[in-house]
Amino acid sequence: MTSYAIETNNLRKEFDENVAVRGLTLQVQQGEVFGFLGPNGAGKTTSIKMLLGLVAPTSGNATLLGAPLGDRAARAKIGFLPEHFRFHDWLSADEFLNLHGQLYGMSAARLKPRIDELLDLVGLKPFRDKQLKTYSKGMLQRIGLAQALLNEPALVFLDEPTSGLDPVGRRLVRDIIADLKKRGTTTFLNSHLLSEVEITCDRVAFIKHGEVIRVSELQTLVDGATSVTVRAHGLTPPVLDGLSQWGKDLRADGNQITLTVADESALPAINRFLVAQNVEVYALTPQHLSLEDLFIQIVGTDGGL
Amino acid sequence: MPIFIIARLTFLEAVRRRILLAAFLLGVAFLLLYSFGFYMMRTQIGSQRPITNSVSETALQSGIDNFLTLAGLYAVNFLAIAMGALVSADTLAGEIGSGTIQALVTKPVRRAQIVLGKWLGFAGLLALYLVLMIGGVMAVAYALDGYVVPNVVNGIALIYLETLLIMTVTLMLSGMLSTLATGGVIFGLYGIAFIGGWVEQFGALLQNQAAINIGIISSLIIPSEALWRRAAYDMTPPIAQVLGAAFSGPMLTVSVPSELQVFYAIGYLVVILAIGVRAFARRDL
Repeated sequence: MTSYAIETNNLRKEFDENVAVRGLTLQVQQGEVFGFLGPNGAGKTTSIKMLLGLVAPTSGNATLLGAPLGDRAARAKIGFLPEHFRFHDWLSADEFLNLHGQLYGMSAARLKPRIDELLDLVGLKPFRDKQLKTYSKGMLQRIGLAQALLNEPALVFLDEPTSGLDPVGRRLVRDIIADLKKRGTTTFLNSHLLSEVEITCDRVAFIKHGEVIRVSELQTLVDGATSVTVRAHGLTPPVLDGLSQWGKDLRADGNQITLTVADESALPAINRFLVAQNVEVYALTPQHLSLEDLFIQIVGTDGGL
Repeated sequence: MPIFIIARLTFLEAVRRRILLAAFLLGVAFLLLYSFGFYMMRTQIGSQRPITNSVSETALQSGIDNFLTLAGLYAVNFLAIAMGALVSADTLAGEIGSGTIQALVTKPVRRAQIVLGKWLGFAGLLALYLVLMIGGVMAVAYALDGYVVPNVVNGIALIYLETLLIMTVTLMLSGMLSTLATGGVIFGLYGIAFIGGWVEQFGALLQNQAAINIGIISSLIIPSEALWRRAAYDMTPPIAQVLGAAFSGPMLTVSVPSELQVFYAIGYLVVILAIGVRAFARRDL
């Protein structure tokens, strides 16, 4: 019996000669906000499309909410905001939500109050009778988000949900994700805006060349990533060797070294060691690595090309 | 029912994008022109002959009426085919290209329901169009001369079937190819049917079996034109049928498509629709 909202096993997709996704294996727990990160061309979109049944995997398998891919009963409990949020723009917002609610199999009695509630949530109630072609990019994204939440889903896929939004809109998305989490909804978030991911996600997966290269709790990842800059005289090679016991990625540049350590608790020990080695310490500065720094550290700067 | 939701959406799109309005206005323009032409030809021909009440005179008059009505229906038939191809060529290809299809197929619906829903929506649209246009042509003949073609229901059914056939092939292609490629292929197919029909009629006139066979093969590739010729034949008075003077557009119908060909066309439509559903269901979007 699985309790995973998403479980994939070596999911692979080839397009003719190209391998878009080499072998995606990951588990997303129910109720968590899961960030799906990677450079352009890493296979993120193809992966999401496979999970949603838009693209058939070449091999491998996966379950969503315990059901195999493409299961229609499971789909009734899944919400999806597509990346480019292109919708039938000759429909009004009201008609658009009605259409998608009906496709979810929702009754008119259930749909009507839900649409009111969602239009309020995304702030589009005054524009409910306007055709979508009159909407700005940000408004389209909001109505797309409302569409993805119509069925009060157990699992939501948000593909770049904030790319067209201003800061107010982004905060709205953040609040919505937090609210979804409170209700126990699982959110699968694909985003390039790492600052957003840092705020909202419980766990993140880094994907490159169509493979998961690292999955981690976001907190552990960020907490664990402290770098220390030491400015001192007397940093001899034996001292540098000795320092490497506390961390990795040691870089020395004259009187200054930078070292990535497990966490801040290493700092006093480093200081004691330096003093004992007769090093004259001028500064010992801890620095938190941002998710962006980590992204580049993990994925590399080659952009996955 | 997802099929009906999609059918309604398809119909609504035609309304919102003013396809229906444009077709309606142009249809009215066509009918006005047609009624004017009908009237002119009737009065012209009528004024050159002494009015008698002989049986042959009545037969001639009804023959002229029949010719004029079928000429109108021939134009309507062509317009309806073009309409069926134009509205459906972009429907799947366009939605796949723009990405609007993604929010639809990820709902708890079968992809087959989306294709069938669109088919149903277009079928309704074409029915409405044909009711307006065929009804208009017949109303003109009736109003100006009290004339009604024989086998009306049969003829309309065959014209509708032909329109559905072209629309179905276009819909299938639209799920496989780009909009432009779909348009190119469907007009190529229509061309085969059209020329094949001519060759067959010439073959029948000259009693050239090879030419007749080419026509039959083209009707097997795409049986649309054969349906029109059958419809035109059915709507021709028996006396003209015997004389081999059934009018069907630029050619007289000499070689009449059999009932078997009508059944073949129905089977063809069903198979094409099934292929379209299957291809779309398996396609990466």
